[in-house]
Amino acid sequence: MSGDPILSVDRLMMRFGGIVAVNELSFSAERRKITALIGPNGAGKTTVFNCITGFYRPSGGAIRLSHDDGRSIQLERLNDFRISKQAKVARTFQNIRLFPGMTALENLMVAQHNALMRASGLTVLGLLGLPSWREAEKRAIDLARAWLDRVGLLDRADDAAGNLPYGDQRRLEIARAMCTEPALLCLDEPAAGLNARESGGLNELLLSIRNEQGTSILLIEHDMSVVMEISDHVVVMDYGVKIAEGTPQAVRDDPKVIAAYLGADEEEAIAVMESGT
Amino acid sequence: MSATSARPSHAAQPSGSAFIVKKALISALVALVLFSLMIGVRTEAGPQGGLIYWTRFGDLAALVGTVFGGSIIVELLRQWWGPVDKDSIVPKPVQSAISFAGRWLAPALLVFAVLVPVIFYDQRYILDLSILVLTYVMLGWGLNVVVGLAGLLDLGYVAFYAVGAYSYALLATNFGLSFWVCLPLAGILAAFWGVLLGFPVLRLRGDYLAIVTLAFGEIIRLVIINWQSLTGGPNGVSGIPRPTMFGIPLDNSDNGLAARLGIEFSPTHRLVFLFYLILAMALLTNWVTIRLRRLPIGRAWEALREDEVACRALGINTTTTKLTAFATGAMFGGFAGAFFATRQGFISPESFTFQESALVLAIVVLGGMGSQLGVALSALAMIGGFELFRGFDQYRMLVFGIAMVLLMIWRPRGLIGHRAPTVYLERNQSISSDLVKEGHG
Amino acid sequence: MDYFAQQLINGLVLGSIYGLIAIGYTMVYGIVGMINFAHGDIFMIGGFIALISFLVLVSLGLTAIPLILLIVLLVSMAITALYGWTIERIAYRPLRHSFRLAPMLSAIGMSFVLTNFSQVSQGARVKPVPPIITGGYTLHEGPEGFAVQLSNIQIMVVLATVVVLALFTWLVSRTRLGRDMRACEQDQTMAALLGVDVDRTISMTFVIGAALAAVAGMMYLLYYGLVDFFMGFVAGIKAFTAAVLGGIGSLPGAMLGGLAIGLIETFWSAYFSVEYKDVAAFSILIVVLIFMPTGLLGRPEVEKV
Repeated sequence: MSGDPILSVDRLMMRFGGIVAVNELSFSAERRKITALIGPNGAGKTTVFNCITGFYRPSGGAIRLSHDDGRSIQLERLNDFRISKQAKVARTFQNIRLFPGMTALENLMVAQHNALMRASGLTVLGLLGLPSWREAEKRAIDLARAWLDRVGLLDRADDAAGNLPYGDQRRLEIARAMCTEPALLCLDEPAAGLNARESGGLNELLLSIRNEQGTSILLIEHDMSVVMEISDHVVVMDYGVKIAEGTPQAVRDDPKVIAAYLGADEEEAIAVMESGT
Repeated sequence: MSATSARPSHAAQPSGSAFIVKKALISALVALVLFSLMIGVRTEAGPQGGLIYWTRFGDLAALVGTVFGGSIIVELLRQWWGPVDKDSIVPKPVQSAISFAGRWLAPALLVFAVLVPVIFYDQRYILDLSILVLTYVMLGWGLNVVVGLAGLLDLGYVAFYAVGAYSYALLATNFGLSFWVCLPLAGILAAFWGVLLGFPVLRLRGDYLAIVTLAFGEIIRLVIINWQSLTGGPNGVSGIPRPTMFGIPLDNSDNGLAARLGIEFSPTHRLVFLFYLILAMALLTNWVTIRLRRLPIGRAWEALREDEVACRALGINTTTTKLTAFATGAMFGGFAGAFFATRQGFISPESFTFQESALVLAIVVLGGMGSQLGVALSALAMIGGFELFRGFDQYRMLVFGIAMVLLMIWRPRGLIGHRAPTVYLERNQSISSDLVKEGHG
Repeated sequence: MDYFAQQLINGLVLGSIYGLIAIGYTMVYGIVGMINFAHGDIFMIGGFIALISFLVLVSLGLTAIPLILLIVLLVSMAITALYGWTIERIAYRPLRHSFRLAPMLSAIGMSFVLTNFSQVSQGARVKPVPPIITGGYTLHEGPEGFAVQLSNIQIMVVLATVVVLALFTWLVSRTRLGRDMRACEQDQTMAALLGVDVDRTISMTFVIGAALAAVAGMMYLLYYGLVDFFMGFVAGIKAFTAAVLGGIGSLPGAMLGGLAIGLIETFWSAYFSVEYKDVAAFSILIVVLIFMPTGLLGRPEVEKV
């Protein structure tokens, strides 16, 4: 693959005891593109995500992130919070992990923690209430407000996140991840549980994030309509290995992919095949 | 395999007098067995060292009878009340009345607190009690940072109280440092111990953290008891200097405050001073906490309580966040400890037992985790209620324990069951505590 | 070497008592997920009931010591079990699906209630009993005149522990109740759907835990020859420490942790200082948890992302 990858995964291995969840997986995600990682249930997609975002330490292989300024970071050497803080990789979770007892706005404020910590002079300036801190806080609120507007939740800003309907929570989680101003956004099944209208809205949101923010997106998805419509590049996994990759059209027609889905789950296979027609 | 049988407690409540009497009889029977030996027979070490015993069947019968009667009354009340629903619908006017009262309660309490020494100037007992209540308010607010905001369960909070108290006591008696120099030092030392404890153990989760903090509290107490050359062991430290009003002693001497002002000396002056001192310290704690909640660090604490994994995904360093919560809570505990030492003039390890930790934790949880007003109210209710039973010394802790159980069953989420957001765009609406998590730590 | 052997015996005996109490903590934790702070006081109540029933039996004219001990054991197990059942019913069941801290505080409250109940009803003074089981064996006579002693009461404590543990293991692994308990531990909702009476199973857990604590209470009474209203707190904290050290939720872990705490305490007292024995036990707990955050035999907590 040519081009300008923001993320290169090189022979990634992940073992749990004797089980090999991810086996020598290599792929890359292009800058300012949407890359989809698909595969039947249990293929190891979320494990890959957890390796990339530092929740698991890979058993082997390398994950390199190259920033726009040419700086490159080996993600497998960083762990948990540093991936988001230093490497600017943000993620969402398969089963939404918002802060349910905090308002939508607060959720987005927490996401700006590191920037605000600096602005508050590690709390000291903030405690004294200096103007520079107030200025920074106002900017943070403005950023949060802008994102709430983008995801259509401005009127729910002061409601508890746990009280929002499911679809809103999904969008809020994406907005929260974007508030960390990431270079790479990793979405774990963002369309899961959404109805057709909501998932259409999600497509628009993701495309606009790519086009307007220039954020590269890596997503795991089961909803083939989302995958086929918005991805620039698709990587297909099964049993921890890559079985195909290419454009959505190429992947959809790949017999190996169809076989993998047929072998795993008939409905999904049909979804793959019907999604193009 | 038999299917789950319908349990009466879950199915429609059966009623009728036969049911009530049957239930009361069962309760009485259980009580009879429970109390048969513990109440029915009284043991005591006899004059020759051996054990003797005598029976108290009258007391036993009375108690069992009380349980029987009580059970009937409870059951009747329950039926009269109708099915108790946790989410009972409160009528709108009542709701708005409550919220109106809630808005004015805190300022009213504050005004009242400031006026206490004026109103009760002649009543030493009330002044003393108010100082005690305020000490617990401050401790509650300090622990609230750790438990209520950051969601870390700390069962050894009293250790930091002890560190603060002994820091002041030892620095003052050995080096003659004044209270105002020692106060920040006590806070810093307590915070230092908080970090020292926190650093290795904060990756523990849930109840493992709870037992380690408990163990830490016990370690500190045991070291204080046994390191006699430094701490005086079980005898404690006495002769701790009383606080001065910025260098002016509050005593009967020639350069005391009374003499300087040319008024007649009264020991109440010192009490009033101590009252305002602890009030100021508690309010400072409150102010700092409220400020911190609106700063990124405070939001990170609450986010940590809500979902630690999500915090890490957002680039929040959970270890330092937890440590700062621990250190901040410990620091307030240390301040309160220094105050305690100067107020008492004497401290011993007896004041720093697990019971104290449990009491402060109960204040925080009963107040409604994270709610500053709730903590203040519950400190007032618990310490005040505790004092009501001063006459019945033996039964005091017994009643206290029963009250704790009943209060928990009545309001598991505490008195103030909602959380106020730290920032808002349009509406400052509180969040029902049903949504608020309480952390894993 | 003789001295060491003697301390080993003493430590194992003490550890057996801790282990029996620790099982109660770990069982309740495994099923309900709460720290039953009142469990130490249940142990204390067990000791008191053993003491009182012993006194009553002796004054009724019974003289056969084994028979007395058997009756005392059964009575104290039965009554203490009822205490466990009642406490769960009154203080914990209403809070079963509540917030995590609520049942814990309720338990702390219950612990205060039990401590002070027994202080009010039986007085604050320590209750001594004359040694009931005397005699023993000298295992080895050292050259310096130090003899390794194994007393009958020590043998009895260890034997009783082994028998009770064997019974208990059989109960958990072979009976319907044990299966229900394990099912509830895994997933209460699913267990209920499959016909397990969850309320009853949880009640039984408290009953069994309390009965084991009663055995420990009686052994304590026989071994140390005294009970007092405050002994539940210290023993409870130690036993809970033992349960956590072994990995809370794990039954063999509780016993292992109990033995470990007993040995640490005994050896520290013997070789270093008696005053700091509890500090040593707690410090070792902290150190172990730093390196093994879920205790010696605890299942590592898998963080689901």
